Amino acid sequence: MSASDSRELRIVGFLCNWCSYGGADTAGVARFAQPTDLRIIRVPCSGRIDPLFIVRALVNGADGVLVSGCHPRDCHYAEGNFYARRRLETLKRFLDATGIDPARFEYTWVSASEGQRWQHVVTEFTRRIHALGPAPLLRHVSDGAWFDAAAPAAAGPACPCHG
Amino acid sequence: MRIGVFICHCGSNIAGTVDVRAVAQAAKGFADVVYASDTMYACSEPGQEGIIQAVREHNLDGVVVASCTPRMHEPTFRRTVERAGLNRYCFEMANIREHVSWIGKDTERNTIKATELVRMAVEKLRRNRPLTPKRFDVTKRVLVVGGGVAGIQAALDCAEGGQEVVLVEREQSIGGKMAKLDKTFPTIDCSSCVLGPKMVDVAQHPKITLHTMAEVESVSGYVGNFQVTIRKKARFVDWEKCTGCGLCMEKCPSRKAPDPFNEYLCTAPTINIPFPQAIPKKAAINPETCIMKQKGKCGLCAKICPVKCIDFDQQDELVTVDVGAIVVATGYDLFDWHKYPQYGQGRYPDVITSLQYERLLSASGPTGGHIKRPSDGKEPKTVVFIQCVGSRDRSVDRPYCSGFCCMYTAKQAILTKDHIPDSQSYVFYMDIRSPGKAYDEFTRRAMEEYGAQYVRGRVAMIYPKGDQLIVRGADTLAGTQVEVAADLVVLAVGVEAARGAAVLGEKLRVVPDQYGFFVESHPKLRPVETNTAGVFLAGACQGPKDIPASVAQGSAAAAKVLALLVKDQLESDPQVSRVTPARCVGCGKCVQTCPFGAIKLVEDRFGNPKAEVVETVCQGCGICTVTCPQGAIQLEHFTDNQILAEVQALCPPRIRVNYAS
Ligand SMILES: Cc1cc2nc3c(=O)[nH]c(=O)nc-3n(C[C@H](O)[C@H](O)[C@H](O)COP(=O)(O)OP(=O)(O)OC[C@H]3O[C@@H](n4cnc5c(N)ncnc54)[C@H](O)[C@@H]3O)c2cc1C
Ligand code: SF4
Ligand code: SF4
Repeated sequence: MSASDSRELRIVGFLCNWCSYGGADTAGVARFAQPTDLRIIRVPCSGRIDPLFIVRALVNGADGVLVSGCHPRDCHYAEGNFYARRRLETLKRFLDATGIDPARFEYTWVSASEGQRWQHVVTEFTRRIHALGPAPLLRHVSDGAWFDAAAPAAAGPACPCHG
Repeated sequence: MRIGVFICHCGSNIAGTVDVRAVAQAAKGFADVVYASDTMYACSEPGQEGIIQAVREHNLDGVVVASCTPRMHEPTFRRTVERAGLNRYCFEMANIREHVSWIGKDTERNTIKATELVRMAVEKLRRNRPLTPKRFDVTKRVLVVGGGVAGIQAALDCAEGGQEVVLVEREQSIGGKMAKLDKTFPTIDCSSCVLGPKMVDVAQHPKITLHTMAEVESVSGYVGNFQVTIRKKARFVDWEKCTGCGLCMEKCPSRKAPDPFNEYLCTAPTINIPFPQAIPKKAAINPETCIMKQKGKCGLCAKICPVKCIDFDQQDELVTVDVGAIVVATGYDLFDWHKYPQYGQGRYPDVITSLQYERLLSASGPTGGHIKRPSDGKEPKTVVFIQCVGSRDRSVDRPYCSGFCCMYTAKQAILTKDHIPDSQSYVFYMDIRSPGKAYDEFTRRAMEEYGAQYVRGRVAMIYPKGDQLIVRGADTLAGTQVEVAADLVVLAVGVEAARGAAVLGEKLRVVPDQYGFFVESHPKLRPVETNTAGVFLAGACQGPKDIPASVAQGSAAAAKVLALLVKDQLESDPQVSRVTPARCVGCGKCVQTCPFGAIKLVEDRFGNPKAEVVETVCQGCGICTVTCPQGAIQLEHFTDNQILAEVQALCPPRIRVNYAS
């Protein structure tokens, strides 16, 4: 893997707890070596992934974002990944318009038993991102106009429950 | 918040490729972190005590443990912080073993990655709220799906434990595959003598309600409170009245109904009781071959039946039951050997499956226990057994071992010799796999005492010659070709997931693996649990298993059910969605998307519609959170702000950092 020779890039993963996070665990248990660039954020279901999260990561300078959920029909919550698929597919088509290279975003399905598949997905995606190189700095980002998620609430009045 | 961070060495599992001290040192610089240290084994008794002590000494109100996957020890550490006097949800984990130390060897990079994962966990924890679970009542009844030996065992153990049991079986009688077997390894005791009494116990137990010719139509609810609808197929006989006398079977003129119990070796009367020991011992009509159902005349059985229980107009019936737990024991089916070209694909009647052979051996089978070959009824003198037909073969997508075929083939070779002393058996095999108490001795007996000839190699083709079949294969030990002129060929067909398992799995939210067997919650530590709370597995539906293992798992599942149902109330997971009424505009989008119907619209005191989450029904998927245009419904512990904070921790805005550059 060439990625390990060059400098590390910033890749964020959003994984559902029941399938893909488990698949990544399975890959770990089996000691399937993977490039180190990826950082995984655990969510209960791919249906919990707001396209906003992905855009936020990319706008903030992530070089790649990888989403993975349960295979269609295997969702722990019956239909969450169908919602996910619709949302992510829309996002993918929409990214171009924002000036972000859609190739920096990918979504896939990996089950909890597919450790080997997970290794393959991570390796291939990392390779792809390294081929693209570091993400170019987006203009408006350097203005600092984007809100700070560490401060409460994304939009509208402050939300009393998550201060 | 006052956060304490604990970085686990996990012996050398983590510390081998992560500089844990450096990670702890770095963590001291994170927002709200007032204490950080490394620990040898965080999950061990001293490890947990260390956490508790640090909480007390440093007055912590939040804890991050960086160690293995949260899927393993999150519950453990939640209990630890609770023992330290904190709310158990003021806790987060960073997975620096499965996702870091075990997948990369570069200590420098691993250390940076681990540090970032810890920072992420800290940022998430800073936004956690203490949560308190709600309590709800448990329905003290269990549903067992599948009445093979595993399901029977689970049902009996649950009933003996004092719980009400509803047993649903698709076929007309319970018993599963074991009811079809003649004798069983490694003791060669008669299968129905062992199983029969258990089946009778099921029928007679006051706590067991049995529905056969029935399937699960739909399931809703959650652990402790499932609602199950069962479809009982029309059998055209009133089973309340039927005494199982069998007069109708004798008189029925349509005698060409398929006989699945005898593995289609023969046909059955259209009104039939599948075998003498059937439970329940009740007749049912096959509408496909019934002259009355097809042509509107006959009705002989109705005339002859002494208790007048025939009802040609009977319809399917739907029954609903509330249960607190579900055991899935739907067993297996056999590989379709016709996929292979080399065994004749059905052209030769004297090539049969191992289960068909069991029926030929069985005294209750179509030949009354005399081995007669299908083509001409002759007694075979040379029998060839071929193992691994649809097992351990990637070319047919069956790379796994079916587990018990080596053993039953040895059994069938022994029984062949018992039935026909001047016979000779040949067994084509790949390896002999017989790990189990008294198992290897058993296969040796087949070879040494009963003279079965074991040939290590695969069969390339079978072709007819005269009234025999020539089996041509390789002997890989001798390095030669072998040909055997056989009177009968028995295929040890491999094990597959039960027909319809995928559909049932979807209803129960139990995930099948790539071959259709149901996946257990943890391959070592949670072998009968599934990832859906309250749903358990028993027997071969989880993977190939022989009778002793199926029975053991049936009992294990029952023990889990009893431990669950002994509680009067359960705690619901408080990581559910919560609505902020001030933000909710009552559009109802979340109500529509929730897969579990956990959200309803209620009116606030000004008469405005507002979403409200039923906490015990919500499963915590967070689909609604993404749907809400207002950000008004947030999944606890996975709020927008928390996930964005995690993103922010990994990708701080504006500053481009290239790590390890
Ligand atoms: C030829 C042969 C010989 C064997 N000999 C031996 C032996 O000597 N010793 C030994 O230990 N093992 C032997 N076995 C293995 C043995 O058959 C299995 O271990 C055992 O049957 C597994 O029990 P089970 O209850 O898990 O599954 P099954 O016996 O398959 O029972 C499953 C039950 O669930 C029902 N079902 C399936 N789907 C549904 C559904 N959707 N709804 C409702 N009901 C459903 C089925 O109708 C069936 O009654 C042999 C197997 C074969 C093929
Ligand atoms: S998180 Fe939302 S969509 Fe998921 S079960 Fe709970 S209320 Fe329904
Ligand atoms: S989607 Fe949001 S705004 Fe609409 S009803 Fe549900 S919680 Fe209220």
